[in-house]
Amino acid sequence: MNIVVCVKRVPLTQEVDLEIDGTGKDVKKDALAYVVNDWDNYAIEEAVLLQEKFGGTATAITIGTEDDEEVLRRALAVGADRAIRIDPGDLELDGFVISKLLAGVIKDLEYDLVLTGVQADDDNCGMVGIMLAEHLGLSHAAVVTGVEPEGDEATIKVELEGGMDEVSKIPFPALLSIQTGINEPRYVSIMGIRKAGKKELKVLEVADLNLTEDDLTPRTVVEEVFLPPETEGAEIIEGDASTVAEEIIRILTEKGVMV
Amino acid sequence: MDFTLNKEQQDIIKAAREFALGEFPDVAQEFDRNESFDLNIWKKACELGFVGVFIDEKYDGAGYGFFEHCLINEEFWAVDPGIGQAILSTTFGSEILGLFGSEEQKELVLPQLVSGRAIMGTAITEPDAGSDVTGAVTTAVKEGNEWMINGSKMFATNGDLAKYILVFCLTDPENPSRHARHSFILIPTDTPGYESTKIYGKLGIRASDTAELSFNNVRVPVENLVGREGEGFSELMSFFNRTRLHICAQAVGLARAALEESVRHTKQRRQFGATLASFQVTQFKIAEMATHIRAARNLYYEAAWSVDQGKIDHGLIAMAKWFSAEMAVRCSDEALQMHGGYGFIDEYKVQRLYRDAKILELYEGTKEMEKTIVSRAVLGI
Repeated sequence: MNIVVCVKRVPLTQEVDLEIDGTGKDVKKDALAYVVNDWDNYAIEEAVLLQEKFGGTATAITIGTEDDEEVLRRALAVGADRAIRIDPGDLELDGFVISKLLAGVIKDLEYDLVLTGVQADDDNCGMVGIMLAEHLGLSHAAVVTGVEPEGDEATIKVELEGGMDEVSKIPFPALLSIQTGINEPRYVSIMGIRKAGKKELKVLEVADLNLTEDDLTPRTVVEEVFLPPETEGAEIIEGDASTVAEEIIRILTEKGVMV
Repeated sequence: MDFTLNKEQQDIIKAAREFALGEFPDVAQEFDRNESFDLNIWKKACELGFVGVFIDEKYDGAGYGFFEHCLINEEFWAVDPGIGQAILSTTFGSEILGLFGSEEQKELVLPQLVSGRAIMGTAITEPDAGSDVTGAVTTAVKEGNEWMINGSKMFATNGDLAKYILVFCLTDPENPSRHARHSFILIPTDTPGYESTKIYGKLGIRASDTAELSFNNVRVPVENLVGREGEGFSELMSFFNRTRLHICAQAVGLARAALEESVRHTKQRRQFGATLASFQVTQFKIAEMATHIRAARNLYYEAAWSVDQGKIDHGLIAMAKWFSAEMAVRCSDEALQMHGGYGFIDEYKVQRLYRDAKILELYEGTKEMEKTIVSRAVLGI
């Protein structure tokens, strides 16, 4: 089974006070540490698990600069067979352009499955997987929490709202956007790092991909990025449990939450 | 001149940090409080190849240098010194085997260390011989085809866990040169007459095993001599010129952790209507810590890189060891100070760092001995 997995390098933002940059359309990223997008990490692990079980190759793809290759080397170190970096040059990227670039490379590869993360930790758009499937004309499923291939199809589990799971079958080739928790991503080993150095890591330019100007035109235009205004209204209710409960009920009723 | 690490080295750092962050934080306080450790973490680290990366590929190591071993030490210690030491000290002595051991000795021991089948230790210090190692009186006498060893050793890392202990023994007490009286002998710890007693009550690195050893008519084959008879002292100095490197890395890792804790705390904690980080007294402390850490790291990078290039600069290594250890002690002290009363409680990592730091100025040569070495290199005496 041949699998293509799309990965993105994202800034670690959990413990950082983000600041808006001079353009007012992005955040300052200079001082941020970067890691592989969490969702993609699960997608890589799933690709490697399937490759180990069913054979074939796992190919990791990213779009970015040479610095972004670290997520590809990481994928190679945990078991991917080869990697491709698409160098976007100074191209402006949004979910649409990203999905077009990925499609431009993947359409010429042999694959049964394309895996992406559900979304990326930086902009949380969650669009690339589905758009990529559309560009490639693939059946697709989003927020996948289980994959069991059998013949030319796979039984998949999809997470629905409200804690429900849906089980269905999907024919190959297909695109699945992978949810966190589907597996337990392995650690990178020293042996893996050694092997990764010997595996193929190909770099492609946008010009290599035969894309039209329309393909490379962003559909999302960011007007402004701003921090949510600090709001007031926090209130600490004091007293014993029954007093507190009564006060909460009074407020909820007053606000129209409880009738 | 190029100050960048190669991609493989960058990836090693990330892999080590990821493993440490995934495995250490949840258990660090428990191990520290109970002076305990879970050997499964060591096994896992071996499976992932973090243990003994400097060991030759011929003996199942990764064949990297001491520099890469340092990078892993730094990352492990930046997450938790005690656990870092418990895992990475398990090859302590393999440096001597690698440099001076026979083919049979290397083939027997080294692959076991890398794969997590054995732990080793090296016993040097004695009740009456510390910085003056030539005073060691644990004696090995040749009797037929065997060495018979009698004596006792103090503060032996992994004494209670090791499958093999490399022992610094007096073999030629009558030799006129103090530096030609000792030899290293490899002792399997299941040999009758070997006894270890775990030492409790250490100030820091409490997840790491330390023991008092006694040898009572311990007999091993003459082939268990490692290196050459009478050259134990110079072999020991060669050993320290490797192991001191990773002590520097441990110091830098620990100091980094102290800085991280300080940054986090001082940006949150408010006094006089502002965060501690907004006061210049805090800012200067942070600036000093960051600068000292960087200086110590550059010093040990150069020392370790030189060793891997085959250039052993005894003085430079001693400078790096003294400077980084003292720097780590100072950083952990400042970090605790910035935490105020919270830093006095063991629920705060900074308290553990404060206690863990002190060993860095003691083991593998006290800072006073390091300064002695540096001064000799400078003065030529």
